[in-house]
Amino acid sequence: MAEVQKGKEYWRWTESRWTSPDMDWKSGGIISAGVDVGSVSTQAVVMVDGKLYCYANMRTGSDSPESANNAMKWALEGTGLSRDKIHATVGTGYGRVNVPFATKAITEIACHARGGNFMYGPQVRTILDMGGQDCKAIRCDEKGKVTAFLMNDKCAAGTGRGMEVFSDLLGVHINDVGAMSLQVAEEPPPVSSTCVVFAKSEASGLLRQGWPKEKVLAAYCSAMAHRIVTLLERIGVEKEFAITGGISKNVGVVSRLSKELSVTPLKTDLDPQIAGAIGGALFAKALYEKKGK
Amino acid sequence: MKANYGYKDGSGDFFITVDTDLCNGCGDCTTACPAGVLELVENGYDIDAETPIAAVMKEHSKKIKYSCMPCKPAAGYAIADLPCVKACSPGAMEHSW
Repeated sequence: MAEVQKGKEYWRWTESRWTSPDMDWKSGGIISAGVDVGSVSTQAVVMVDGKLYCYANMRTGSDSPESANNAMKWALEGTGLSRDKIHATVGTGYGRVNVPFATKAITEIACHARGGNFMYGPQVRTILDMGGQDCKAIRCDEKGKVTAFLMNDKCAAGTGRGMEVFSDLLGVHINDVGAMSLQVAEEPPPVSSTCVVFAKSEASGLLRQGWPKEKVLAAYCSAMAHRIVTLLERIGVEKEFAITGGISKNVGVVSRLSKELSVTPLKTDLDPQIAGAIGGALFAKALYEKKGK
Repeated sequence: MKANYGYKDGSGDFFITVDTDLCNGCGDCTTACPAGVLELVENGYDIDAETPIAAVMKEHSKKIKYSCMPCKPAAGYAIADLPCVKACSPGAMEHSW
């Protein structure tokens, strides 16, 4: 087994920020923002007239209002735009009531459907949000309106946080987990438990039996994919299908999931974690327009 | 839209489904439920909605199998007699088990 470096933060996923190269906020349109404070990551999105202007995606700290402030500050960095010029802001996600500068808080379910509709186009009907601490399945119509919703309320197994624990256990950087889990000649049986705590002890046992890291990761990724498939059975998967949230960046889970469901998820050039915040910004614009009338 | 509250685990599927298009926010189910599992909340799925909707309380949704036990066949009830389902005049409430 390759040596695990002490003190290295294998779980630390890459944060990102982006500014549209050919847009100017000074054009005079409605500037709206969405802030999605999740359990693990926080995103801030700024839109000008319903077009994506800039965004930032970073880790949520222990303080939700502070995380919201930081994400917003980073999103606006270098744009010359300041928070007081934004006409309306919607807070969403699990810390949505803790966004100090939000005009309104809207559930992440409505925001993900709306944001998924914007990012993947109106043909998207099923959105699977694989977040830090839960996994939500959302069905929506061509306008991005929610038609069915399901999440497993009992436990957070098979989510981003579980993946972080595994990358730390195996000393594999979280960005490489997916690709590494595909480097197996034969698919191992999935770990029998997706509960993070039990799966971790099961994985330790497998490592002691001499399983290589790749095989252990493959067993965990396929257990996670399988768990999501059984969750989706209840509301069904209708095409087109899209995955948002951090796990959507893990090819190991995504490829196993699409194989089991026999659907290929839609692709996007944007960071798939920002779907909720995009939805928030779109709702903020609608709220501002409604207020103006 | 169908909102599912509950979970799936090794012992089965335990979901209460509220059809928010049918739910009129009357609140009859919240008073009918002997375990106090249901509440009226703002419709978080549709921002244009004006009436509240019935929902399962967060603290009950993760143990719904146990919270709903007093009304299930083992306690002498027939599935068709679930108080919340019976109380719902628009027929928006459904149990998966």
